[in-house]
Amino acid sequence: MTHPLRLHVPEPTLRPGDSPDFSGVPIPKAGSVRRPPVDADPEDIRDLAFTIIRVMARNGQAVGDWAPDIDDDELRTGLRHMMLLREYDARMLMAQRQGKSSFYMQHLGEEAISCGFRRELAEGDMNFPTYRQAGLLIADDYPMLLMMNQVYSNEGDTVHGRQLPVFYSSKDHGFFSISGNLATQYPQAVGWAMASAIKGATNIAAAWIGDGSTAENDFHAGLVFASTYKAPVVLNIVNNQWAISTFQGIARGGSGTFAARGHGFGIPALRVDGNDYLAVRAVARWAAQRARANLGPTLIEYVTYRVAGHSTSDDPSAYRPKEEGSAWPLGDPILRLRDHLIARGAWSEERHTQAEAEIRAEVIATQKEAEAIGTLTSGRLPSPAHMFEDVFEAPTPHLVRQRHEMGV
Amino acid sequence: MATEILMPALSPTMEEGTLAKWLVKEGDEVKSGDILAEIETDKATMEFEAVDEGTVGKILIEAGTEGVKVNTPIAVLVEDGESADDIDTGSNKTAAEADAPSPSGDALDDTDTAKPMSTQPGASVPEPEPVEDPEVPEGTTFKTQTVREALRDAMAEEMRADEAVFVMGEEVAEYQGAYKVTQGLLDEFGERRVIDTPITEHGFAGLATGAAMGTLRPIVEFMTFNFAMQAIDHILNTAAKTRYMSGGQMSVPVVFRGPNGAAARVAAQHSQDYAAWYAQIPGLHVAMPYSAADAKGLLKTAIRGDTPVVFLENELLYGQSFEVPDLDDYAIPFGKARIWQKGDDVTIVSFGIGMKYALEAAEVLAGEGISAEVIDLRTLRPMDTKTVIESVKKTNRCVTVEEGWPTPSIGSYLSATIMKEAFDYLDAPVLNMTGKDVPMPYAANLEKLALVTTDEVVEAVKSVCYK
Repeated sequence: MTHPLRLHVPEPTLRPGDSPDFSGVPIPKAGSVRRPPVDADPEDIRDLAFTIIRVMARNGQAVGDWAPDIDDDELRTGLRHMMLLREYDARMLMAQRQGKSSFYMQHLGEEAISCGFRRELAEGDMNFPTYRQAGLLIADDYPMLLMMNQVYSNEGDTVHGRQLPVFYSSKDHGFFSISGNLATQYPQAVGWAMASAIKGATNIAAAWIGDGSTAENDFHAGLVFASTYKAPVVLNIVNNQWAISTFQGIARGGSGTFAARGHGFGIPALRVDGNDYLAVRAVARWAAQRARANLGPTLIEYVTYRVAGHSTSDDPSAYRPKEEGSAWPLGDPILRLRDHLIARGAWSEERHTQAEAEIRAEVIATQKEAEAIGTLTSGRLPSPAHMFEDVFEAPTPHLVRQRHEMGV
Repeated sequence: MATEILMPALSPTMEEGTLAKWLVKEGDEVKSGDILAEIETDKATMEFEAVDEGTVGKILIEAGTEGVKVNTPIAVLVEDGESADDIDTGSNKTAAEADAPSPSGDALDDTDTAKPMSTQPGASVPEPEPVEDPEVPEGTTFKTQTVREALRDAMAEEMRADEAVFVMGEEVAEYQGAYKVTQGLLDEFGERRVIDTPITEHGFAGLATGAAMGTLRPIVEFMTFNFAMQAIDHILNTAAKTRYMSGGQMSVPVVFRGPNGAAARVAAQHSQDYAAWYAQIPGLHVAMPYSAADAKGLLKTAIRGDTPVVFLENELLYGQSFEVPDLDDYAIPFGKARIWQKGDDVTIVSFGIGMKYALEAAEVLAGEGISAEVIDLRTLRPMDTKTVIESVKKTNRCVTVEEGWPTPSIGSYLSATIMKEAFDYLDAPVLNMTGKDVPMPYAANLEKLALVTTDEVVEAVKSVCYK
């Protein structure tokens, strides 16, 4: 007897109006996952793509093999980076709502990933980021004024008003200009890393992608090359559950986890709690060590949740339960690191409240400085003269002519 | 001072929206960050916050109003001591006045449009002189080489000169290239610098783009440019634009090369001329040589430069032999056309394999007493229109020849340029000889018809010479 064929289309379990429920997401206990040596055979650590590496327990203690050795000062610095990023996001979101910028993208809930990862890189290493890794800049002390100038697209914008807000670019801070055509980051980072190896240099590269764009062919081509040539690269997948309105099951398909995609390529894969600052630092350190030791690429899936909308043009209440963000079982990365610091006696509720106020004042002061230069609609805007620059190494005759015709 | 609150643009594409709900009323005090209203765009409902402190003096647009254009005043904020009556809704009036016909009604006055065209504001800007070819000293010997050999020599010479140069592509190493252009490179430079890739143009173009950002100088061979469509995002959206998007911080010194255009009987998906496509992209340089000497000299320049280059070769030309100057360092600058033959009656402009038809036609025409000046553009971006214009000012007639499609084409751009720069010198319309506007058919007879032919060029020249 024959059956008619049916098309399988994965659906998220919950939609607007439903009560958030993450009971189906298995969360292993902090400290329960082993830390293999960096030269482990990928075959022997396949299980690490199907679990979640976690360091900070509910009581704030750092537990298990993965607990990294990081001193109090550095951890307080890490907390400050995440708090700065969150405040920066809040101010820029408000500025967008006030019409001072056309567009903004926040990191709410994902601050630990880019802030933590950056601290495990060295000077001269290169990131090929997406638009949700501004922590790479903040944790490398890139001036926030320059970030705001870029979002406002004012005269102080180092890319001269050419890019969408949040598409920062800084070679010196290892932050390649963001491509909004996602997944190009993968083969390009692998190529950059291979170049570093061919030259006999010591710098490594990092690629960034979200859960959704792992479906792009670039992702797969990047993995082929990284695997074949053992490129010194860290391949990061930020699984924040939502690709705009598309739930992660659409890109993941039947593979169980995104980390497991590495197995077909023989690339060691780790799956980590993206809201656990210590766990992020620990896996980033492991992967960077592998790359620097010529052991090749590592694929890392950060399990997190995009609490805010995809961008200021997005309204998540149209496609997911409103309270899902607060129900996310892995918690708030800032509060978790705060609690850990308090548990180890290096921080207090009072100091945290005071730090919040100081950071807010600092960000507002920087914002005033940026707005004194200009915003999208007022003040000193990028010069039209820059419009004709950097198309080529030197302006061509027809560009010179067009520029003169414009009178600039 | 009273300030107007304008309808905000809440997304880059928003032009208008619905003012769904006011969350404040007239007389309310607000401070920066307070939510004033809910606004619906085509995508979402969003909250709109106050920028300044003050009192809501007047609400100009009622809740529920649809189609409120961005930047329309929607409310007025007043400071202490001001009343809503003081409100100067000046910008409203201005907007209304702008819509109304102006008192004199001269907006459509003939004097405005009938005014003779002013000279171009840029006309006073001197055109930079195109850089000349390297001098070929007297007594230089020439050797007969195929285009294939000349391209190989260019790569080998640059690889010897600079460790950062390497070649990658499908079958470039062990197999010596699908068209044998990389012959001998693996033996000389080893597998570290001559790299066979998996079959993923998108993958290795992205990889090369990344390697170029990492200060290497990759030469990417596409087996044919038809397959480069897989990789177009890296070529166009990254390689071409990175210098601009990064504010000049990063460049992508990569050369994408391989055969372009029709070979023989490989039909629609394998016979396409991409000259006009790539020539349209700011940030790219585009070369399309005809002779072996130019192929060699231009490829050397392409490899040395910091600008990404699309280097369009031709399968049918690979085996053609030309005289190549036997010089240690023969690099030809981009943006300088070559005048193949001088003539007085008509200018024929072409590039790449189009030169074959141009030169054959010139020979036929010479037999009929028509003297044609034949110009090879050699590079399409930058393009040496100056040489073309000077020639047209002398011959007063022009025919362009290319294999690609007509709309729009390199020829249509040349026509517009000639019309602008040499309109008064023209004795006949510029004619563009191109391939037919159809995907390439497979059948030999149809293929021949679809391509531009020598006969068509001859006929076009006769027509512009009114003979």
